[in-house]
Amino acid sequence: MRANVLRLTTLIVILAIVLYPLAWMIGTSFKSPQEIASNIGLIPHEFTPSNFTEGWHKFDVAFGRFFLNSALVATLTVVGNTVSCLLAAYALGRLRFRLRGFWFAIMIGTLLLPGHVLIIPQYILFRTLGLVGGDFPYLPLLVPHFLATEAFFVFLMVQFMRGIPRELDEAAVIDGASAFSVFRHVVLPLSRPALVTTAIFSFIWTWNDFFRQLVYLSQLKDYTAPVALTLFIDSTSESSVGPMFAMSLLSLVPVFLFFVAFQRLLVEGINTSGLKG
Amino acid sequence: MTMAQMPVRPTEPVPPVPAASRRGRAARRRRREDLAGYVFLSPWLLGLLGITAIPMVLSLYLSFTDYSPLISVTESQWVGLENYRRMFTADPSYWHAVRVTVTFAVVAVPLKLAAALGVAMLLNRAMRGIALFRGMFYLPSLLGGSVAVAIVWRSMFSGDGAFNAFLAIFGIEGEAWINDPTWALPTLMLLAIWQFGAPMVIFLAGLKQVPSELYEAASVDGAGSWRRFFHITLPMLSPVIFFNLVLETIHGFQGFTSAFVLSNGTGGPVDSTLMYTLHLYNAGFVELNMGYASAMAWVFLVVVGLITVVLFNTGRFWVHYSDSEER
Repeated sequence: MRANVLRLTTLIVILAIVLYPLAWMIGTSFKSPQEIASNIGLIPHEFTPSNFTEGWHKFDVAFGRFFLNSALVATLTVVGNTVSCLLAAYALGRLRFRLRGFWFAIMIGTLLLPGHVLIIPQYILFRTLGLVGGDFPYLPLLVPHFLATEAFFVFLMVQFMRGIPRELDEAAVIDGASAFSVFRHVVLPLSRPALVTTAIFSFIWTWNDFFRQLVYLSQLKDYTAPVALTLFIDSTSESSVGPMFAMSLLSLVPVFLFFVAFQRLLVEGINTSGLKG
Repeated sequence: MTMAQMPVRPTEPVPPVPAASRRGRAARRRRREDLAGYVFLSPWLLGLLGITAIPMVLSLYLSFTDYSPLISVTESQWVGLENYRRMFTADPSYWHAVRVTVTFAVVAVPLKLAAALGVAMLLNRAMRGIALFRGMFYLPSLLGGSVAVAIVWRSMFSGDGAFNAFLAIFGIEGEAWINDPTWALPTLMLLAIWQFGAPMVIFLAGLKQVPSELYEAASVDGAGSWRRFFHITLPMLSPVIFFNLVLETIHGFQGFTSAFVLSNGTGGPVDSTLMYTLHLYNAGFVELNMGYASAMAWVFLVVVGLITVVLFNTGRFWVHYSDSEER
């Protein structure tokens, strides 16, 4: 009994420390500029929502536009990742064809390939193709995801599909079904949990992603939320801390909502494949 | 990670047909299966070729040139090993970046794993509210890679930030953490350690697999909690520890966002947070020395590959797989 009380107390103390920065962020978002300087604590003496309106209109382009851009990139990435990784996983996990083992090994090899290594030649390639900048500068961010380059998700789905009983395929094949109809009527419907996990992680990772968006987006109106947030750092006068926190907080809200809605799936997702949060 | 992939061969139905026609049908079926396989694999193959393989070869070529985006690839000059020479002998920032990155990985990764294992062991009890705790500890892993959290960190650990206000309660006068060359990197590490939730979840799943009879038997034999930890928990958990170690090390080498935000893109103060990827980004996209940056990228690739190989080889000596299950 005493051991359990001790254990619970320790957990609560650690949790309080871990969550403090997030709570402090929320509190600071509602403090007035004077209070940010004077009150370093968690709770604002006076709730000041003006940080949000000020931050929203801080730059020549309203922050809503940045959020819309982020949402667009994240949503299209979700579509690309789920569709392309599902197709690849079906081939690698369920079909028998020549060199399958070889391609599977290559896929596992790309799992550990650091993405930063390829950013420069990819940039050059996309620039040569005329896809960098222009009216729709998001293609370099999206195209890789429509070509199943996120090996983590391919791996996750292969693992999942191996759990689907093979008898189902075989029964369908004996009934004369082609690989396509097995995919359409057996594997696709049964893969829903893996698809949902992939979709959620794709959304969160893309929403949080910074490196690629920083490389490819050069015009203010095209900025996504993370790139726009860094503009605040350049102008760190005392008065912009509140708006900076307010917009940072807003940018975390979608991820937090996903977390609340899909907590169990997320935790199971990292368990099955070791996906990073 | 090395999954033995032995597809279970289905028991082929044997219809009573002449051998020749059977062989013909089997060949046709094989062709159809090959076709289907490659049709489904085609987007991935295209990506492998266009997004991964060709860029890899291209970047190797570029690393021997003085390519910059201001000129075209064909106009760039072949400079031989000049980029590599400059990297190893004439760019002090390069070695600084190597040191910062290695320090980061060697210090932050073990601490992060230790925190993850510690909290996972505290949580590994049948207790109400475990799922809630687990979720809350996991939350920083989900949010922590973002620019927003790095911005909060930057403010918390500035000279007049919340952390120093907290220290002041105990009469301690804090440093200007992120602006101090000695303390900037530890501040960055703390942000990484703070995200211990993801490996913790994996540890927790691993701990659940340890048979409780082992602990009971050890207790009967009079083993204390320390001995049980070192002789049961650690060996039984070693595959999971290994898995987390490989993942977190590779992840740690690639830290970019937090270093960029905390130092406003400079890697400062005095290069103290100049992570390798940040130096690479600055060389390629700020100074526009893409040939040079490609050389850095290739060295990075080779080193990360070597470290992975070393990890896998040393793993043999301390990773204990129970006979029945293979990961």
